[in-house]
Amino acid sequence: MSGLHWFFSPLCALLLAPLIPGVINRTKSFVAGRRGPPLSQPHRDVIKALRRGAVYGDATTALVRLGPVVNLGALIAALLLLPFAGVPAVTGFSGDLIVLVGLLALGRFMTVLAALDTGSSFEGMGASREVHFAALAEPALLLALATLTRVTGATSLSPIYQVMGVPAWAHALPTLALVAMTFLVLELVENSRIPVDDPTTHLELTMIHEVMVLDHTGPDLAIIQYGAALKLWVLGALFVGLAVPVRTGNLWLDGAAALTGMAGLAIVVGIVESAMARYRLVHVPQFIVGAATLAAVGFIVLLV
Amino acid sequence: MGHAGDDRELCFGTFRLRQSFGPVVSLLLVAIALLGLGGALASALRFRPAFAQSLGQTGAVGGSALGLAAAVNTLYSGRIDVLTASWPMPGGGLHLEIDALSAFFLLPVFGLSLLTGIYGRSYLQGRDTGHAAASWFHLNMLSAAMALVIVARDGLLFLVAWEIMALSPFFLVIFDDRPEAVRQAAWIYLAATHLGTAFLLVMFVLLGNLAGSSDFAGYAAVLHGHPGLSSTMFLLALVGFGAKAGIVPAHVWLPEAHPAAPSHASALMSGAMIKVGIYGIVRILTLMDAPMAWWGWALIAAGASSGVLGVLYALAQHDLKRLLAYHSVENIGIILIGIGIGVLGLAYGMTVLAVLGFAAGLLHVVNHSIFKGLLFLGAGAVQHAAHTVEIEELGGLLKRMPWTGTTFLIGAAAIVGLPPLNGFVSEFLLVYSGYLGLIEPNTAIASAGLVSIVSMGLISGLAAACFAKAFGVVFLGSPRSHEAGEAREAAAPMLVSMAVLALCCVAIGAAAPWAVQSLASVVGTVSHLPPPQVHAALAPVTASLTAAIVVFAVLAGVALVAWILRARRLAIAGVRRAPVWGCGFQRPTARMQYTASSFAQPLVTQFRLLIRNREVLAAPDGYFPTSSSYVSDSGDPFLRLLFAPTFRWFGRMTRRIYVVQHGHIHVYVLYVAATLIALIFWGSLSP
Repeated sequence: MSGLHWFFSPLCALLLAPLIPGVINRTKSFVAGRRGPPLSQPHRDVIKALRRGAVYGDATTALVRLGPVVNLGALIAALLLLPFAGVPAVTGFSGDLIVLVGLLALGRFMTVLAALDTGSSFEGMGASREVHFAALAEPALLLALATLTRVTGATSLSPIYQVMGVPAWAHALPTLALVAMTFLVLELVENSRIPVDDPTTHLELTMIHEVMVLDHTGPDLAIIQYGAALKLWVLGALFVGLAVPVRTGNLWLDGAAALTGMAGLAIVVGIVESAMARYRLVHVPQFIVGAATLAAVGFIVLLV
Repeated sequence: MGHAGDDRELCFGTFRLRQSFGPVVSLLLVAIALLGLGGALASALRFRPAFAQSLGQTGAVGGSALGLAAAVNTLYSGRIDVLTASWPMPGGGLHLEIDALSAFFLLPVFGLSLLTGIYGRSYLQGRDTGHAAASWFHLNMLSAAMALVIVARDGLLFLVAWEIMALSPFFLVIFDDRPEAVRQAAWIYLAATHLGTAFLLVMFVLLGNLAGSSDFAGYAAVLHGHPGLSSTMFLLALVGFGAKAGIVPAHVWLPEAHPAAPSHASALMSGAMIKVGIYGIVRILTLMDAPMAWWGWALIAAGASSGVLGVLYALAQHDLKRLLAYHSVENIGIILIGIGIGVLGLAYGMTVLAVLGFAAGLLHVVNHSIFKGLLFLGAGAVQHAAHTVEIEELGGLLKRMPWTGTTFLIGAAAIVGLPPLNGFVSEFLLVYSGYLGLIEPNTAIASAGLVSIVSMGLISGLAAACFAKAFGVVFLGSPRSHEAGEAREAAAPMLVSMAVLALCCVAIGAAAPWAVQSLASVVGTVSHLPPPQVHAALAPVTASLTAAIVVFAVLAGVALVAWILRARRLAIAGVRRAPVWGCGFQRPTARMQYTASSFAQPLVTQFRLLIRNREVLAAPDGYFPTSSSYVSDSGDPFLRLLFAPTFRWFGRMTRRIYVVQHGHIHVYVLYVAATLIALIFWGSLSP
């Protein structure tokens, strides 16, 4: 296929990622009986923040500015490894899934340090929770990817997702269903959505991601918001690539199916956010470990 | 590969030396002699402390540079270099040999010895100087003894060098001998290291008896074709060398000894000495036939438990050097998982897995010595500047010590395993070998792969939490004490040492494919696999790492562009500074910041069954609370719940021997005489 083929996945992500929080918010508004903000509201928020000046805390160093930038770089680099709609990633190699996990970890580490750079106790609180849940989510993600590796016999994301069609589901239905559940939970955990974190609460004491970026303003905030949308996309694509097993080989058909899948995922997240309350913080680890256990059970099913 | 050097006979007085005289080993001996000489002169001239310290430092730097040259030479040429001499020592001979494996382990020894030598002089400035001069003797003896252990091919010589290596740190740990805790730490270290040596003694004596000689070649001949004997020796080696390496539960000396020793000595001990324990395990493996599968499992189990427990205990610490010491336990665990996968691969005949496992473990040896050395030196700079390593007293040091802070950040990111630094490369190799194991039909291999992947995920996630805490609370925010607020940047030589190590972290990450490829000869030596097979197994992973570097270059490019664009945007839109949001509270103080304890509290609480730290909380009570307090004690649970009761019991039991203790010297002479007579009698009975 043409050059468009190679850049299909990153281009979709870069342009459409902010629509995901848009769809989530729209869904929540619909369930609550409101009309809600337009789908392009996250795009507009990013542009608005880009125009603003910045205010930095008294104690801050250059790290508070470096954090969002490195996080963005890590997520855009991750897009290069991400297959979408059965189309192979821009670059794929044996073991690239480990690099993907490493990139997510790097982005998170820098975000956490940027939060701690402010010296604010609220941001320390958010950072503490973020690293806690991430420490449990990382093995869960590796475990889910390990199970997919065992199913497909491939150690690279592109080959794994290329064969994730109906035949693969027919071959390993229970395992794939369990891994899909793990990915769905990880999408909620890694992106600080309900039931792990409530991004719209008004009380800083209860937040995770939003409180970490509380003192970021202007272009830094824009980069953070855009990065958050990209992260929703990256983890969402891992779920949708599995849950929408349309692999006809036609870019337009597969692409439409995958994009519909992403929209569907956003609606599901919106419905979850409308229907559930946030867990108490002490119960979140059980939620994550439970998700990891699902993938582990999927792996064990393969062995017997 | 051949034996270089020439054989000749020399006459020294009454005894003759039959020697094979390798040039590289000779260079190494000169290096060791220089280290020893510098140390001895420093100790002898301690009445002129400044001069003595300079001599000690010169010996350390010069000797290490020579030794480094010898090691690099061997790694490049791939030639085994031997020095043998008949020696008038009963039961032992002088047999030194430097092969790829020895040269590889000499890199961290001499590299860190060189850098700690540069660092140490400035670090010791303003200390009790006669005492400080003497510390160079022990520091240099430690380096020299480590080098000797690594090149010794004779059991007796090995044990003698091992004992010097074990004793020197005792004197370094007890450097500040006034606080009770320091003396306690030194005793714990001494007991731990000799418990380990006891197992090694049994191993070497058994092997020596069976072989009839103390030469390693004789050991290999005895072990050949005897899997049962090999298994016994493997277990003895795992326990004996594991005590030095710091495998759980023999890790208890690390968190006591490392904080007590001067920081550059901690760097050398943690970066190089515990690796000599790993060297011992690997060397013993090379003397044996193809290993058995359960050895691999034992190594993976020891590695996974050390890794996870090490990082969990580290999380609960609020002394920076204690925290770093526990991370050594964690990283030894990672190294052992790699070696375990290598052994498992050999046992099942899966060469790719074997090569990748060994490569991961060995590369992590060098990586850990780089970033742990860097972090200990950074902690030393903090201690020098702020007079404490108590994390809760620090804060905001990045502003006052920008170079120390930046290099510490690089070290922290590297130890967490973040791309694109060196820690990521070895952890990538390890997790990658796990994923390769997953696709094998063999269920045992697949399970081992899964275990290593999950434990690595958990370890690196928890390590990220721990170093976010360590770096964030120490270097970011506002100073929590007056001393931290007055801190000044470290002296230039200290910064040079840290900068070199930080550059190594970046360089190995950036040249990852090259770094992995240059492991081929070492992995070949360990696994006994022919070079083509090793290269074939490493080729795909170097290709992957090359592709990964392109991805990281994109990351750097995007970050740079975003950085420039936002700076330009802000040049127009304007920037101002203000107090951070305090929920409406207008007068925040530094004491309101999140502390290390509060940062780690959720994780520590979740894993309290494993960490078993003790907390005493007096919560504020009533409408007008007058006082409240919180004390947490993160003492080692193995020390408190396992070793302390055991030794107390042991002490009670041995008290019964007191009846033969009088304190009269003639009675003791009688005991000696009686023992001798008994031994002669016993000797005359046996044929």
